[in-house]
Amino acid sequence: MQRIGVFVCWCGSNIAGTVDVQAVSEALKSEPGVVFSANYQYMCSQAGQNMIIEAVKKHKLTGIVVCSCSPRMHEATFRKTAAAAGLNPYMVEIANIREQCSWVHKDMATGTEKAIILGKAAIAKVNLNTPLTPGESPVTKRALVIGGGIAGIQTALDIADAGFEVDIVEKKPTIGGKMAQLDKTFPTLDCAACILTPKMVDVAQNDKIRIFSYSEVTEVKGFVGNFDVKIKKKARFVNESLCTGCGACTEKCPMKKVPNEFNLGMDNRRAIYIPFAQAVPKVATIDPDYCNMLKNGKCGVCAKVCTAGAIDYTQKDEFIEEKYGAIVVATGFNPISMDKFDEFAYNQSKDVITSLEFERLTNAAGPTAGKLLRPSDGKHPHTIVFVQCVGSRCDSCAEKGKEYCSKICCMYTAKHAMLTRDKYPDTDVYVFYIDVRTPGKSFDEFYRRAVEEYGVHYIKGMVGKVSPEGDKLKVQASDLLNNKQLHIDADLVVLAAAIEPDKSARPLATMLTASMDTNDFFTEAHPKLRPVESPTAGVFLSGTCQGPKDIPETVSQASAAAAKVIGLLAKDKLTGNPCIASSDELMCNGCSSCERVCAYGAITYVDKEFRMPDRTTAIRRVAQVNPAVCQGCGACTVACPSGAMDLRGFASNQIIAEVDAICK
Amino acid sequence: MNKANENLREEIIRMSGVNPKKCMRCGKCSATCPAFDEMEYHPHQFVNMVESGDIEPLLNSDSLYKCLSCFACIERCPRSVEPAKLVEAVRLSVIRRQGENHLTANDIPALIDDEMPQQAIVSAFRKYTK
Amino acid sequence: MQVKEYKPLIVAFCCNWCSYAGADLAGNNRLNYPADVKIIRVPCSCRVNPMFVLRAFQRGADGVIICGCHPGDCHYTSGNYFTRRRMALLFSMLDYLGIEKERTRVEWVSAAEGAKFAATMNDFAEKVAALGENKRLEDLRCKR
Repeated sequence: MQRIGVFVCWCGSNIAGTVDVQAVSEALKSEPGVVFSANYQYMCSQAGQNMIIEAVKKHKLTGIVVCSCSPRMHEATFRKTAAAAGLNPYMVEIANIREQCSWVHKDMATGTEKAIILGKAAIAKVNLNTPLTPGESPVTKRALVIGGGIAGIQTALDIADAGFEVDIVEKKPTIGGKMAQLDKTFPTLDCAACILTPKMVDVAQNDKIRIFSYSEVTEVKGFVGNFDVKIKKKARFVNESLCTGCGACTEKCPMKKVPNEFNLGMDNRRAIYIPFAQAVPKVATIDPDYCNMLKNGKCGVCAKVCTAGAIDYTQKDEFIEEKYGAIVVATGFNPISMDKFDEFAYNQSKDVITSLEFERLTNAAGPTAGKLLRPSDGKHPHTIVFVQCVGSRCDSCAEKGKEYCSKICCMYTAKHAMLTRDKYPDTDVYVFYIDVRTPGKSFDEFYRRAVEEYGVHYIKGMVGKVSPEGDKLKVQASDLLNNKQLHIDADLVVLAAAIEPDKSARPLATMLTASMDTNDFFTEAHPKLRPVESPTAGVFLSGTCQGPKDIPETVSQASAAAAKVIGLLAKDKLTGNPCIASSDELMCNGCSSCERVCAYGAITYVDKEFRMPDRTTAIRRVAQVNPAVCQGCGACTVACPSGAMDLRGFASNQIIAEVDAICK
Repeated sequence: MNKANENLREEIIRMSGVNPKKCMRCGKCSATCPAFDEMEYHPHQFVNMVESGDIEPLLNSDSLYKCLSCFACIERCPRSVEPAKLVEAVRLSVIRRQGENHLTANDIPALIDDEMPQQAIVSAFRKYTK
Repeated sequence: MQVKEYKPLIVAFCCNWCSYAGADLAGNNRLNYPADVKIIRVPCSCRVNPMFVLRAFQRGADGVIICGCHPGDCHYTSGNYFTRRRMALLFSMLDYLGIEKERTRVEWVSAAEGAKFAATMNDFAEKVAALGENKRLEDLRCKR
């Protein structure tokens, strides 16, 4: 039996004005378990708290009920008071007789009556309270960043800056991601490589950061603070520590006809290659699909020319196992495939390109060394048509594109149009738009500049059809504001393709038990207040894996994710919320109902040996809740058909006792 | 929007199965339409005018019969609005209106003239109740 | 003998993050609602076991209302979706058993909707009071 003390607060006249506090404390005196009852003007004041501490000591109280304001206000205060008095802080319950009683009822009689009932409910609950201690788990002080684009780079740099070790896993041979492929960046038009490559070098030179390039995460186990991750380092057939990145092999390799994915297949590379000049790590990689030596054992030129002796045709995939305290997902995006959009003739003409291909065409390190030339015949295009929203903002049943707005297309199209008019003023540039969306700092000014100063023809309407005729592209489009159909003979058509999450994101989400939306973007823990955390504790989100973003936004989110990771890694031990679910193993029948409703993946199943009444042992599958991951929502407690699952602090018998007390 | 127009709008939406509210005004239907130059009202205007209940001008427009039903607009609409089906529904409602209130079977006894040939009555009934 | 005015007994389950805070806000703004409404705090509306609702009716409650965050705003991402499904089933079963649909309700009240909380409680209490005392599920053994 508990020995409960009841403390009724006047809150000046806030409560005492409509509730007869004396009557309340008298009425509650005779409740089961109550050994002491008092009232005081301000319970939360130092004097009030001292009164509680003294009463606990004098009357050997085991539980406390404070009839006062909302627990959202002073629950923490009174829990500290209880701890100061040597009681378990979770033996305190608050009866909310201010916000939910004295302030909403006008006359003394009803207020007092309700306050007594609320007090009784709290007493009934405390009678069933048990002391709770928050669980503790150690934290591995190392973070894993999955993806080495600008998001991953920024997150890793920020975490390393705080003094923690970080590993970056990148599936391509170099870090840099999409930003490395860009030419200029809006709205300031500084060159992407000029601002990105110093960061890449910083990553390479930072002794806290390890880069696993050409690698993939294959397995994730564990939970927040204690992840066990298996990383597959794919064989690149070049010894990373010996290769100096001199490039001799890439010049001599006889296999010259390999489509260069870095330039989106617009030119060719060799079978042994370094993706681009500023690659980090600057190490060659052999493409096993094209290398003659690996395919049929005939060649070996690269091994002959390599003075460092770095070529190793026998290299095998390597698996690395490492422990991490936190994981940041920064898997990024890709433009969607244009295969389903036959009307734009993307597959029929080389002169219909996507915007990312246009970036490479205008990039000084690209296939045309920065000259804007048509991919088909290398001539300078005089009429260029840009089409926006290709595959973005589509209806879900259209099955062609994506429902969402890709967010960055309006700005990069304005940038492309502006740069083209700047370099080649003799070019006619048309941009077909549905809406121009430029909500960002200096974004609308940028777009207006494209129209007003650079003379780009912005036309409200959509392109309906592109048909190649001779060396021209016949573009048929509508001009909605003039209610006309336009026919333009274009030399180049640029499609602003929608972006989608990288294909590797879905299997990764399954490994991490992190949730995704229907578009395969990672879901955040709270759309407004926890935008860089995944609902799975210890997993953080950075960049476009969470939704379409431009570079400034990606970098700010990356730093935000890093701040969250640093906050986690700075702790020696994680103290959890003790009000979490726990399963009674003797009652659990291993049905998995709880696992299915858990949004956090906190429930796992183990096969456990049980002594049966007839002295045999039986192995049964039972649920176990991971205290470090459980957030205490209680969804599992209701889903459990056998009643084995219960929530500490809000146990079923406690809530039923409250119901009973109210319905008496 | 008056009551008659609203009923007509409902009827056209029901017949076509099209939800004009899904339209995001991109104009791809009109951009793709091969009969654009022949039309008084263009596909995107059809969607907009049905949505706003401004249907009378459409009923009297030649555009109804200029639509080739090639379905290019349906194929390319990013929002699955299907403008050609809407044009078809407006066309149907015009056809249904022909003969409206001209003659019903109950009107006939009063009109019968002993001198009138039976055949004329039957053919008039056929013609005016279509 | 003194004739006692009939007062309904209403149990309200409020989730800690939205509706309980909404109820607090109603208090802060001094928005009146009947004292017949007694609030029980739960971490999430999905913590409300149908058993609790049945227990309340068994012990003589006249109405039970469950308040949670708006769909999509759940503090625990998906808890209120479970509530919505579970309670839809439970309430239709209760209706079948003779506890009128007006005696049960699920309402989404955010932490900013103090006015909505008070209005909801006023409306609910009025509807329940109009139905009169609930006799159907009361456990006769509990009668004193």
